[in-house]
Amino acid sequence: MDLEPRIPRGPIEDKWDNCKFDMKLVNPANKLKFDIIVVGSGLAGGSAAATLAELGYNVACFCYQDSPRRAHSIAAQGGINSAKNYQNDGDSVYRLFYDTVKGGDFRSREANVYRLAQMSLNIIDQCAAMGVPFAREYGGTLSNRSFGGAQVSRTFYAKGQTGQQLLLGVYSAMSRQIAAGKLKMFTRTEMLDVVVVDGRAAGIVTRNMVTGKIESFSAHAVVLATGGYGNVFYLSTNAMGCNVTAAYRAYKKGAGFANPCYTQIHPTCIPVSGDYQSKLTLMSESLRNDGRVWVPTSADDVALPASQIADDKRDYYLERKYPSFGNLVPRDIASRSAKEVCDEGRGVGPGGRGVYLDFRDSIKRLGEDAIRQRYGNLFHMYEKITNENPYRVPMRIYPAVHYTMGGLWVDYHLQSTIPGLFVLGEANFSDHGANRLGASALMQGLADGYFVIPYTMGHYLAAARPDKVSSDHPEFKKSEQAVKTRIDKLLGINGERTVDDFHRELGKIMWDNCGMARNEAGLKSAVDKIAALRVEYWENVRVLGGSDTFNQSLEKAGRVADFLEFAELMCLDAIERRESAGGHFREEYQTSEGEALRDDQNFTHAAVWEYQGDGKTPTRHVEKLVFENVKLATRSYK
Amino acid sequence: MSWFSNYARSSVGAKHIMAVTGLALALFVFVHMLGNFAVYAGQDAMNGYAETLKSTGAFLWLARLGLLATVVIHIAAAVRLSVLNKAARPEKYRMFKPIRSSFHARVMPWTGLIVFAFIVYHLMHFTLGTFYYDYYSAVQELPGGATRHDVYSMVVQGFQIPAVALSYVVAMVLLCFHLAHGMTSFFQSLGLNHPKYNAIIRYAGPVYAAIILIGNSSIPIAILAGAVDLPGA
Amino acid sequence: MKLKLHVWRQKGPYTPGEMVQYLAEGINEHMSFLEMLDVVNEDLISKGEEPIAFDSDCREGICGMCSMVINGRPHGPDQGTTVCQLHMRRFRDGDTIYIEPWRARAFPIIRDLVVDRSSFDKIMQAGGYVTANCGSAPDANAIPVAKERADAAFAAAACIGCGACVAACPNGAAMLFTAAKLSHLHHLPQGQPERLRRTQHMVNAMDAAGFGNCTNLYECEAACPKEIDRDVIAMMNRDYAKASFSHRD
Repeated sequence: MDLEPRIPRGPIEDKWDNCKFDMKLVNPANKLKFDIIVVGSGLAGGSAAATLAELGYNVACFCYQDSPRRAHSIAAQGGINSAKNYQNDGDSVYRLFYDTVKGGDFRSREANVYRLAQMSLNIIDQCAAMGVPFAREYGGTLSNRSFGGAQVSRTFYAKGQTGQQLLLGVYSAMSRQIAAGKLKMFTRTEMLDVVVVDGRAAGIVTRNMVTGKIESFSAHAVVLATGGYGNVFYLSTNAMGCNVTAAYRAYKKGAGFANPCYTQIHPTCIPVSGDYQSKLTLMSESLRNDGRVWVPTSADDVALPASQIADDKRDYYLERKYPSFGNLVPRDIASRSAKEVCDEGRGVGPGGRGVYLDFRDSIKRLGEDAIRQRYGNLFHMYEKITNENPYRVPMRIYPAVHYTMGGLWVDYHLQSTIPGLFVLGEANFSDHGANRLGASALMQGLADGYFVIPYTMGHYLAAARPDKVSSDHPEFKKSEQAVKTRIDKLLGINGERTVDDFHRELGKIMWDNCGMARNEAGLKSAVDKIAALRVEYWENVRVLGGSDTFNQSLEKAGRVADFLEFAELMCLDAIERRESAGGHFREEYQTSEGEALRDDQNFTHAAVWEYQGDGKTPTRHVEKLVFENVKLATRSYK
Repeated sequence: MSWFSNYARSSVGAKHIMAVTGLALALFVFVHMLGNFAVYAGQDAMNGYAETLKSTGAFLWLARLGLLATVVIHIAAAVRLSVLNKAARPEKYRMFKPIRSSFHARVMPWTGLIVFAFIVYHLMHFTLGTFYYDYYSAVQELPGGATRHDVYSMVVQGFQIPAVALSYVVAMVLLCFHLAHGMTSFFQSLGLNHPKYNAIIRYAGPVYAAIILIGNSSIPIAILAGAVDLPGA
Repeated sequence: MKLKLHVWRQKGPYTPGEMVQYLAEGINEHMSFLEMLDVVNEDLISKGEEPIAFDSDCREGICGMCSMVINGRPHGPDQGTTVCQLHMRRFRDGDTIYIEPWRARAFPIIRDLVVDRSSFDKIMQAGGYVTANCGSAPDANAIPVAKERADAAFAAAACIGCGACVAACPNGAAMLFTAAKLSHLHHLPQGQPERLRRTQHMVNAMDAAGFGNCTNLYECEAACPKEIDRDVIAMMNRDYAKASFSHRD
């Protein structure tokens, strides 16, 4: 497997400029001759589709939702980072770069992260120009807030709806290109296979979710921006439809899958309330700006109402353990600390799986109105779900699966190991290392789509001059046939258990063994359990209805079938990474204080998995990560 | 002028037309009511007012035609919009609970149609003299021996019939419903709103409608109650 | 909790539908409304009946995918709430609940409670954007926006495009949606250059999609899960007049 990262020449601050200069261009007239497929319409996919269409390429974009405006980027609440330094508080491109590399526990690729920090400046400009209603000061300038893992205020936001507002910006840019005829949108259409011809991505096979029609689309290049795989845990903050299918299908066609074990458990989510629960709801990390996290000092007090616990009986454990970052430590640390105190029996709420996020002091200091102004919609949402008023009683929060740093391996050009197959946003692995900092996902999605792919795509098309393969090519027909066979198989089993029932069981296996803390024995048992569950799935799942109608059970069945294979890959990766790094915490590898213990000697690399065939163990390759600018150090937020 | 027909046929343009014609009619109703108040000043005043109006000749016909055109446009636009609106929801809800809309706002097409029927009746009654011709043909003799149309007696005698008076009051109640929504909607439909004045605008329609209701109904009620009576009675 | 449900079942766009009665048992008051339907569906599947199709995605009230009329009200009885955030504690044991899809000519039913809202996308394509090619933007702080304007723009931009306004409107009109989109951009300096043209094109696209007309009933405002104000419609009405009488395309 060719894992050449194609990092450009020169010092880090010149790399992107050098890259842009070294890349070939496609002249405007020739752009009209190229067809590009974009799968996914979130911040990454949508911005890529719109921008490529603006440049003149013929773009087709696919999404499973009924409109590109609904992609799950929409749910991001807190904000988007940018090194604008509008607050005059010492921010710079280099500091954002450094914070991101450090936040990622030194497991990301330096050059990519630096470019991300550079692009962060353009993103805010572009979004403001498109009419994104960012929060403003009275004087009319943009407002900022702080976020975890940083000591500067660099997060731009639109109340608790930053994701929706940015996505609406992207969606409006897409709408313009659709009207102009440069972008063709396929909604309620799910990608079920990538087609590779002569070693290059040649197109995709899709299912129309309304009519059930299986169709092939060919193009000169394919862009996947299909998000993360957090739903492998069943319960996560992801949308119901988020899935790994597109990425996993690409992996099965030869794309390397990097660091699947890196998952982010977000510390501020509303705790699970029962077995029926279908998803978890995140409360923006920005709440940690003004909320203080605590549990009772003594396990005896957990049943008491919070108001009856005196200050000296409260353990503000993040402020105690990490005095310099306090409640704003990175997500992985905040999550693990919550788990720790709950494991000690000091957790609050039903089942003891929760910690308090308390606004009492900030309400006292700033007044209820100021808090309402900042977080009104979040408080409203919390009250809706829990039936508790967070202005009066502290919120209860618990970590939940939120984001996946792992993804398809890409080089500096965001191209996967399959030429012509590009991967953007959460679906790739490149920028966040082993842990993502808050307000960086939106930044990455937009950087990839608005500012990176338009250049690197041109280079690929100009340099490779790929011929467009007809969608009648036998490879397409073969893929179509495989897709149909699989659908018929799922519909023909007619067993006893529902798809959700299997998914829930898979989720529990993953959460128990491959969640916030992992160990070798647990992971190995998980691999066996997953394999057994997969066998049962294909013998005992019940999917009703037909293949040629709108059939939500069938959609889910295909996705869960892929999760059942992919989960095993995650566990394998977690077993092989014999260190703790960021979101990947191996109990065997920790300091005496319980902090993550990296093994830089042996694991300063991205692990990239190559598919070898069904039932065969995939091969693990490595891309060595070279740190020329940032010195590897133990992360300290104390 | 294709731009104007496009505008008039568009959903928002049609709304503007409803609003502007509606306002014109509502203002007419107000002026008409002020004129009617002459009845309280007695036979001479009322009949004098009527005579003055008639003496304007061509102007009166112009005003009548304008009024007729306004009514026709208002109704034609309303009927067209109602048909389109019905078509926009071909399948009805099995259960539907309105929340914010008031009853009188929802029945605008019905109050409108009934008020229109009333106008026809009203014109036949007082303008054309189709019914109660005896009252209609009454004349007032003036000192110089001349005569003029005795509008005053016609009105008083008409409203002394309880059923007639009642039908006018009922019609005014329906008109009041229609205006209460219509006059506030005028501002919304033309976008003449402002957060500072919205609260006032919200009451503009109901207040205006109440004035019309009280003012116009007072006449048949006063006559029925005997407060206004035939001269010499 | 035990509930009696009357649910609209319709196999496809061209087949007639009907209300079908189901019994929902073992419902917990902490469940969301959609989780209650999940339970009903699991039960249906185990009985060999096809589950009730309904749209949902983020289940945290922001994607705008979920869409059903519950007991005669879009998104159910709570103000400012999407169905996915409606919880069963809002109902009592033994309640009868009617569940219907959005009903509008411009939102044809795909199956059961799932409707096709692509007409909204068409309205957006007619002009719901600022023409600003990627890369052409000036520094973000170069265009100051008064906080009040930015807040007003945000309040309109909070629209999640769910279609509840259309579902609630007795006329099946999409005024609140279209006007919210316009109002978002027209409160900002970035939206001014294309203001009249945008208003005209989007209103025309709305009409072409087969939505009804506004009779100022404000059911849309009451049903809107983001509580968007009727004032946005007034702004659109005003701009449309301006556009029609002064703008030449």
